[in-house]
Amino acid sequence: MVVRRPQRGHRYTESPVLQLALQGWRSRTVGLLLMLAFLALVGRSFYLQVIHNDFLQEKGDSRYRRDIEISASRGKIVDRHGDMLAVSTPMKSIWAIPGDARTMSTPQKRQLAELLDLSVRELDGKLASEKTFTYVKRQVPPETAERIAAQKFPGVHQEKEYRRFYPTGDMTAHIVGFTGVDDKGLEGVELAFQNSLLGRPGSRTVIRDRRGNIVEDVGATKPPQDGKDIHLALDSKIQYLAYSHLKAAVEANKARAGGAVVIDARSGEILALANWPTYNPNNREHLSGAQLRNRAITDTYEPGSVMKPFTAALALERGKVRIDTVIDCAPGRLTIGSATISDAHKHGALTVAEVIQKSSNVGTVKMALGFQPKEMWEMYDRLGFGQAPNLGFPGEVNGRLRPWKNWRPIEQATMSYGHGIAVSLIQMARAYTVFARDGELMPLSLTRIEETPPHGMRIFSPQTVREVRIMLEMAVQPGGTAPKARVAGYRVGGKTGTAHKLEGGVYARKYIGSFVGLAPISDPRLVVAVMIDEPSGTSYYGGDVAGPAFSQIMGGALRTLGVAPDAPLQVAEVAAGKGRL
Amino acid sequence: MIDFAGTVRRGWQHLIAHIDFPLLLITVLIMGVGLATIYSATFDSSHRMLNQAGNMGFAMVIMWFVSRIPPQKLMSFAIPLYIAGLLLLVAVFLFGIKVNGAKRWLSIGVTRIQPSEIMKIAMPLMLAWYFQKYEATLRFKHFIVAGLLLLIPFALIAKQPDLGTALLVGAAGFFVIFFAGLPWKVILGFVVAGGSAAPFLWNMLHDYQQRRILTLIDPTTDPLGAGYHIIQATIAIGSGGAFGKGFLNGTQTHLEFIPEKHTDFIFAVYSEEWGLLGNGLLLVLYTLLIGRGLMIASAAPTLFSRLLAGAITLGFFTYAFINMGMVSGILPVVGVPLPFMSYGGTALVTLFLGIGILMSIQTHRMLVKK
Repeated sequence: MVVRRPQRGHRYTESPVLQLALQGWRSRTVGLLLMLAFLALVGRSFYLQVIHNDFLQEKGDSRYRRDIEISASRGKIVDRHGDMLAVSTPMKSIWAIPGDARTMSTPQKRQLAELLDLSVRELDGKLASEKTFTYVKRQVPPETAERIAAQKFPGVHQEKEYRRFYPTGDMTAHIVGFTGVDDKGLEGVELAFQNSLLGRPGSRTVIRDRRGNIVEDVGATKPPQDGKDIHLALDSKIQYLAYSHLKAAVEANKARAGGAVVIDARSGEILALANWPTYNPNNREHLSGAQLRNRAITDTYEPGSVMKPFTAALALERGKVRIDTVIDCAPGRLTIGSATISDAHKHGALTVAEVIQKSSNVGTVKMALGFQPKEMWEMYDRLGFGQAPNLGFPGEVNGRLRPWKNWRPIEQATMSYGHGIAVSLIQMARAYTVFARDGELMPLSLTRIEETPPHGMRIFSPQTVREVRIMLEMAVQPGGTAPKARVAGYRVGGKTGTAHKLEGGVYARKYIGSFVGLAPISDPRLVVAVMIDEPSGTSYYGGDVAGPAFSQIMGGALRTLGVAPDAPLQVAEVAAGKGRL
Repeated sequence: MIDFAGTVRRGWQHLIAHIDFPLLLITVLIMGVGLATIYSATFDSSHRMLNQAGNMGFAMVIMWFVSRIPPQKLMSFAIPLYIAGLLLLVAVFLFGIKVNGAKRWLSIGVTRIQPSEIMKIAMPLMLAWYFQKYEATLRFKHFIVAGLLLLIPFALIAKQPDLGTALLVGAAGFFVIFFAGLPWKVILGFVVAGGSAAPFLWNMLHDYQQRRILTLIDPTTDPLGAGYHIIQATIAIGSGGAFGKGFLNGTQTHLEFIPEKHTDFIFAVYSEEWGLLGNGLLLVLYTLLIGRGLMIASAAPTLFSRLLAGAITLGFFTYAFINMGMVSGILPVVGVPLPFMSYGGTALVTLFLGIGILMSIQTHRMLVKK
């Protein structure tokens, strides 16, 4: 680096010693070091900007380019007429970058806390987080959120979210279910149809600075796809009938719980499904397990005599009996092996129709003992007992139907009148569609069926079923077990069930009273099943505890649907019906 | 008749008599790049460009004054300045104000001064004077004395702790000793001794200093803490690519991902917007600056001025290299501004003192003016 230049003028000194002081190798070493150092810088620069460029470019983009999720609105759940059962209303969630938000002044903090209905201490607690993100409050009404936005609190941001609202509240709680705070279905249809309800969130690409402020909106890249609306088969009016009359029946009979199901026998659609106790899905702060239970679908019970018509139908179908075949039911007891079966009320000789009408255990068992275990099992199996009803509903139970191979005769006998077999109310109601549809078992549907309803599966011949319907109608006539189940203006038929509850494998002195029936008999349209758990009022018989509720629900539902009455109106009945027309 | 034009011309010539135009041109070019970059770095928050232009003007006035002082006169400043600097450093050690855990400032009533800054000039001045004094009878013992003159301020500054400034002051002194003819065996000895003492030195470093070095090796170990600066700067530089994102278009800068973007990390801002091409250009400018400085050194008439010019020039190089090396992630993060680019008045004044001295040395070579 020692550069000799032509001399211009004279210097102070021209000592050769000085020239030696800056030896050549020192200059060269220095020059070399400088070159190496700058080469290192150029090399580093080249490495970063050319070789590693793509990676670092992407890293750089990832630091400011953000895809913001635009939440899709969750689909509505509506009843068959389009009435809202579950809707999403837009809300805001208020979140903060704690580090930035802590720079708020005390008056600002007080103001924010007040707007959010929090105490300053709670707010401080949330902002004490070491993380870079914390929710301050969720599900804040849009007006409040707007006022917060206007104040421009440092580090406080908001995001759109939705709140689920259930206009019909506790009336439809079990069927509709509810969602959690993140729009996740937790129960009922909300859970069962989560995927179609959810929709697909869209995204928008924005540029954000280090503090998370949106600097520039690059534009929507993907519009959100709102969730699909679910049209349930449910009819709000019929649901209301089922809900209110079930509630009344549970209360009147001082019962523990109850369930009611209404099925349109033509399509298999579930028009109503109610349970008691229930809950308000809009306010789930204090929920008990008992309130949450969707008993009609998730609980099994031994149905009792409600099963008898199937035994009779099989006997008719196989030609073992005719409707007027006389069976000797005296003396109201029958001993099989070491066990004795008895009737609640002693009967003498009864026709097959009367066995059903009066619900004789002895008569039913006498028919049942003529079957092979296998053919009985096959019938139950085809009726859907022992298998989940495939509604896609959370928590559907199979019930219990033991394999026929190890049936003992006493078991076969008790099963014929509905003991030693466990079903859910929805299974029972579905099984009765065979009587409403001339022998075809209908698949059930939670959602509204838009096109032609599916075909059922034939189980009995139309002739057999017509005869069973006569028997079912007789059961609600005077002399039957359920005169209280009658409906003014319509011919109805059905069967009572009064079963001891199994508690720890032992039959307790607690009962489940139920009634399953159909109407109008001339051309059945509806199947209604009502179950009352542990009635502790004056009576526990199915005809007394579930019959009246059945009558109310069935009558109201038929009138709601505008089904033509098929029974001649009698003055006395009008009076008895207190003008319920 | 008064020769008005002649008077003006003579006055002008008198005014610029001690300005070295090549050096001035180079520094002005670098400062121009710096101003543009400061404009870009601060235009969406704090507008600092005009401030910095003011700083530059002020610093250049100082340069003008210094350039007029003949080197012989400069020599007479050596001892007083060095002793004053040393006393102030001791004062800092005893009564300094602690800011961010480092004792670097001294409060003198209205304002605070950073005495280590004085040492950047006082150190080479003192050592150059010392070697000039013993020029004819230079022995090994003189190198030992010079070493002590260097080590005491170095230790005081390093103790503050301010490793960056200590290194710069040490480097400035070392260049003088080196050019004065430090035997290469001694240099080799120091390299070996330094190498073997490294583990002990490591233990002597402060926690945060150790962390900076460790983070340099793998910045991702602490992406939010010590590694944050390095990672952000590396990303900014790398995302600039070969041709840069263009003036005012650096995303990392404008979205405030780069810390201290108009001061110590200004190179990242520049590099993101101008790319490899810009970096090359900037390095060429610095090479020209250093080249011109070394030319002045080699043409200097006395040992004092030669040593001083060489040390000042290599000081510029050291500043630039340490800063760019730190920003691009090949050196640990130490607080060294990029000469003539980074925002800040104090550094500019020190730099232009150096430029002024260089100009003085260059323009006072001649015994008799042409």
